[in-house]
Amino acid sequence: MPVACRMCGGPAVLKRPKTGDAVCKDCFFYAFENEVNYTITNGNLFKRGDRVAVGASGGKDSTVLAYILKLLNERHDYGIELILLSVDEGITGYRDDSLETVKRNQHQYDLPLKIVSYEDLYGWTMDAIVKQIGLKNNCTFCGVFRRQALDRGAMLLKANKIATGHNADDIAETVLMNVLRGDIARLRRCTAITTGAEGGLPRCKPLKYTYEKEIVMYAYFKKLDYFSTECIYSPNAYRGHARTYLKDLERIRPSSIIDLIHSGESLSIKKDVKMPVQGTCTRCGYISSNAICKACTLLEGLNKGLPKLAIGKSNKSRRLLDAASQSSDSTNENTPPKEKKKDVTF
Amino acid sequence: MAESSQQHIDIHVEFSGGAELLFDKVKEHEVKLSHDNNPWTIRKLLVWIKENLLKERPELFVQEDTVRPGILILVNDADWELVGELEYEIQNKDRIIFISTLHGG
Repeated sequence: MPVACRMCGGPAVLKRPKTGDAVCKDCFFYAFENEVNYTITNGNLFKRGDRVAVGASGGKDSTVLAYILKLLNERHDYGIELILLSVDEGITGYRDDSLETVKRNQHQYDLPLKIVSYEDLYGWTMDAIVKQIGLKNNCTFCGVFRRQALDRGAMLLKANKIATGHNADDIAETVLMNVLRGDIARLRRCTAITTGAEGGLPRCKPLKYTYEKEIVMYAYFKKLDYFSTECIYSPNAYRGHARTYLKDLERIRPSSIIDLIHSGESLSIKKDVKMPVQGTCTRCGYISSNAICKACTLLEGLNKGLPKLAIGKSNKSRRLLDAASQSSDSTNENTPPKEKKKDVTF
Repeated sequence: MAESSQQHIDIHVEFSGGAELLFDKVKEHEVKLSHDNNPWTIRKLLVWIKENLLKERPELFVQEDTVRPGILILVNDADWELVGELEYEIQNKDRIIFISTLHGG
């Protein structure tokens, strides 16, 4: 005996994790689309005339994001321009396949597409970086480089805003991770729906309150084309642990995800907690809480054969950088590594 | 006296969202489940899949007696949570789809 849709009484196809309601396909589309529209209008994410670069990886979140932004822009007349922006990190067997998907999305959704690559921006592909540093801390490099790559790509496109497909599960995981790591500065920032307005371009997360399960179901029922494989370097990532824990919690109490976000949003930091001050990088001008931004420091490490530079606490980075610069000339970022320094001990 | 019913039930099983990688990248499977004393529930099917279809790393597909959290199951295009999850009794010609959500977006 089929369960009845909560909204219209028709045959239900999905049990919504957020509410526990059973809904049919059309009511699900209606609720899903309306909720994202509400998030966008309530959060003032866009204004008329905005040129928005949509971070597109070819994965489920960015495919649904591109589809739904286009749909809502037309339906509710946001008056914004949408451009797909893709980052090629140079991960063979992962990124090259998903980029093919973005190229298909470009045609399917009739949106322009720009691809920027780590190779062009930094002179290093992720494959080359992993060869240099091994299989640990890969995500640190990739994440830092990707943020800058998105900003630079968006600036090349003359966009004034970036939209990414981060979903509720992602943000809940991030809250958990930051609590586990004691990263108070990030904990305070990570639940903001729009970030980065001070340096770089403002970037927003229209899918912030959307459960991953619903994104997958929306893509399934709408037959949207997306690429789904884990990045080959991700099994070693710390986030995986937070994700596993969160998934187990979701099973017991599905609202955990949205509740975690709510906890993160409601946190206030005690007055006497030391917080980093945001300035700009003296080398590249990008937003940074240290004199030299993380990307520049990481690149310096790669180019000088100091793979552990900028992994871990920042005062160690500074000591290492000082030691390194005393014994070699200043280099520009694209110089290939000279003789590799021997094991640098911490 | 009733004739004995079909010796087996035929179902269509699909893996997607990356789950197919655990099954030699084969997404679609036509499966024949033979009748025995116990009805074919999803719980029983999972054990069967683990023993007969799964090619590698079972811990990425099953967790204890259920499917790994993060893998969605659709029965005839409807959420398995609506039909009783593990206790749902599989019917002839059912379409059961496993969609993994555990990958980048």
